[in-house]
Amino acid sequence: MTLHLAVALDAAGWHPAAWRESSPAVFSAGYWAALVAEAERGLLDFVTIEDALGPQSTLPDGFDDRTDQVRGRFDAVLLAARLAPPTTRIGLVPTATTTHTEPFHVAIGIATLDHVSGGRAGWRAQVSPRAAEARHFGRREFPPVDQILNRPGGVDLSTDPHVRDLFAEAADAVEVARRLWDSWEDDAEIRDVATGRFIDRDKLHYIDFAGRFFSVKGPSITPRPPQGQPVVTALAHARPPYEFAAGGADVVYVTPHSAEQARAIVEEVRGLSGDVKIFADLLVFLGEDAARRKARLDERDGAELVSDAAIFTGTAGELADVLLEWRRAGIQGFRLRPGALPYDLTQIARGLTAELRGRGAFRHAYEAATLRGLLGLPRPVSRYAEVS
Amino acid sequence: MTRKQVHLAAHFPGVNNTTVWADPRSGSQIDFASFVDLARTAERGKFDFFFLAEGLRLRELKGRIHDLDVVGRPEALTVLSALAAVTDRLGLAGTVNATFNEPYELARRLSTLDHLSEGRAAWNVVTTSDAFTGENFRRGGFLDRADRYKRAAEFLRLARELWDSWQPDAIAADPETGTFVRPGGIGTVEHSGEHFTVQGRFTLPHSPQGRPVIIQAGDSGEGREFAAAHADVIFTPHGRLEDGQRFYADVKRRLAKYGREPHQLKIMPGVTFALGDTEEEAAENAAHIRRQQVGPLTAIAFLEQVWGRDMSAYDPEGPLPDVEPDLSEGVSQGRVPIKDRAAMAAKWRALAEEKGLTIRELVIEVTGRQTFIGTSEAVARLIDEHVQADAADGFILVPHLTPGGLDEFADRVVPLLQERGVFRADYTGTTLRDHLELA
Ligand SMILES: Cc1cc2nc3c(=O)[nH]c(=O)nc-3n(C[C@H](O)[C@H](O)[C@H](O)COP(=O)(O)O)c2cc1C
Repeated sequence: MTLHLAVALDAAGWHPAAWRESSPAVFSAGYWAALVAEAERGLLDFVTIEDALGPQSTLPDGFDDRTDQVRGRFDAVLLAARLAPPTTRIGLVPTATTTHTEPFHVAIGIATLDHVSGGRAGWRAQVSPRAAEARHFGRREFPPVDQILNRPGGVDLSTDPHVRDLFAEAADAVEVARRLWDSWEDDAEIRDVATGRFIDRDKLHYIDFAGRFFSVKGPSITPRPPQGQPVVTALAHARPPYEFAAGGADVVYVTPHSAEQARAIVEEVRGLSGDVKIFADLLVFLGEDAARRKARLDERDGAELVSDAAIFTGTAGELADVLLEWRRAGIQGFRLRPGALPYDLTQIARGLTAELRGRGAFRHAYEAATLRGLLGLPRPVSRYAEVS
Repeated sequence: MTRKQVHLAAHFPGVNNTTVWADPRSGSQIDFASFVDLARTAERGKFDFFFLAEGLRLRELKGRIHDLDVVGRPEALTVLSALAAVTDRLGLAGTVNATFNEPYELARRLSTLDHLSEGRAAWNVVTTSDAFTGENFRRGGFLDRADRYKRAAEFLRLARELWDSWQPDAIAADPETGTFVRPGGIGTVEHSGEHFTVQGRFTLPHSPQGRPVIIQAGDSGEGREFAAAHADVIFTPHGRLEDGQRFYADVKRRLAKYGREPHQLKIMPGVTFALGDTEEEAAENAAHIRRQQVGPLTAIAFLEQVWGRDMSAYDPEGPLPDVEPDLSEGVSQGRVPIKDRAAMAAKWRALAEEKGLTIRELVIEVTGRQTFIGTSEAVARLIDEHVQADAADGFILVPHLTPGGLDEFADRVVPLLQERGVFRADYTGTTLRDHLELA
């Protein structure tokens, strides 16, 4: 069985000093187009694009005034849309926050990404517990989250009522999006010249969602996207986000630090959902001199790199060993976070994929035209469609 | 003296009865290929920008979703961002409601579009605030009519604070010194107003245009005042010569109060056109298009909006019945509301009687906006005349077919405008501000 491979794109890579070695034009479309073209040449399943409703920071909450790291980031949904026309097969999975956004806007934005990419859209649904970001909206006051965020290795958030509420709200946002995507049945547009009707209004549905945090009437203004429902993904480190992902997502990214941990996490997530695809996140530096490159970047940054995900340094062959071992623990795919762009992406797209292919564990050609197709996910029928 | 230059934009026909979907040449309103096709035609024709409207709830008539017109549209900024990949110079204008969005998020999205398109983004600020639309949003239908432009103005001020909050040279990206952001390059925004309290830092450096081009569509006194104070372009329905001149003079007069010059605000009515090899053929084409746009059921639906009652029992090809309009409550939701239905009904009735029109003929007559009908030569001349006579600075063309409806215009009328010396032979700048001469 082939494993699934995605890369997580962010700025110059996941090492905060990475930009100093490649000085990439992170605010130009061309830079991103080159990255996603490379990932597509490697036949990867999809790329994710990081985002947040506030600038990057080394602090868990609030701005840090550092001048030596990349600051600034595009809206990920629009960036993903810009990357759709120059690509043909790779999935595009932007991050969009569930916390301060309007679920209606997010749902039609992701549906539109699916339309413009011919069925290659996903969504990484992410909560934002940060007080600093809440102040960018001025509608809610959040408690400071310094204690609970950004801890390497993942933390148990289940005791924090604020975070629990944000996940409950996120679950509602995903539910609303899915209902909106279903609110037009596939064949709602009829163009029936004889009766003068452009649509069959019986195939459009009010979603009438009313929850604790908001209510949404529907139907969508955007017809059902090519995949029926774009692929929903979520990063999860602990029980409440596992529950959120198991309940609402098609793919969950987890962060084990060993095969043993991977097995335990898979067991916990599988206990919540038999269907959700489980991907592991790994931050990777690849090549013969991977460790040296990372050490050099650490030195430039003045601190050793920390991450919620395990950090791998080694050759593509060594990484393939790890991936296949974790696959035996039940992990179905990987979202690799390149330490430095474009270098580590190139190593993944060329070296790693070749290595995996050699072991019969990766595709030789794209076998499907949609992201759902690549992931082996069926195309859902609209929940509102009459079974006939 | 050099002649005033004409500005042109292409409207991707959205959801209403202008699009003749029943025509066999009419393609998908949703497939990205349709958007690419129209945008590339507009760029081939050296248009200033490509324009998308917005409606955040499906329209209803008599409590049911309206099913006669084109329905269904993608999210505007997402499509425009994808179009940025397949066009080079064309401006990309999206209508986005100020009432149902948050300044921080929308300012980011617009700035992103401006970066990704290298300076071609525009925002058409609309302010519809009805509770009907609000039912799709967590904010709900909370805003009084009177407050919507106040919110929009504060929204825009705040968006500018965000766009300007990074120093123009904030990004050093110097690997030698290890300075990515210059010290102090990212400023703090502290905004406290009637509608918004926002404090923090923005996430994007200055975009190529600094701020996207601002378009205003809305016709009330407040709307005109908002445009005079804040907008770079007005999208107006006033496309006919004298009506246009009145509007033009009114709005341009308002500019001085805000310390602005007349050339800083371009007035671009939305207009349709019908071409033919002869005047007769063009008139025939125009009449044919209008009959397709206003089918029998659509005619009744229009009547119902004004009369506020079920009129489905009447023959659209027969005379207007004697029933009085029901003014208590409208039957239509999600359209720009008709201000005075009683007056409109009286006007329609008088017209029908005077000219002996059937219901459908009446609706064809009163809802028509076909400003430019004729041979290519005649249409080029008319457009030029309207602009030189200060009825407009240019036009937003609304083709009746998607996606091919602009081809003929680009191929036949644009060259004539170029020959007249009133339209660019090629783009001279790279940003939308360049095209609109809004330095
Ligand atoms: C030419 C024109 C185009 C408009 N296009 C839109 C649109 O695409 N979406 C929308 O919600 N409202 C649209 N509107 C309606 C405006 O939202 C609404 O008229 C305005 O904001 C309310 O202001 P007013 O009372 O000044 O007209 C349009 C209005 C005009 C005049």
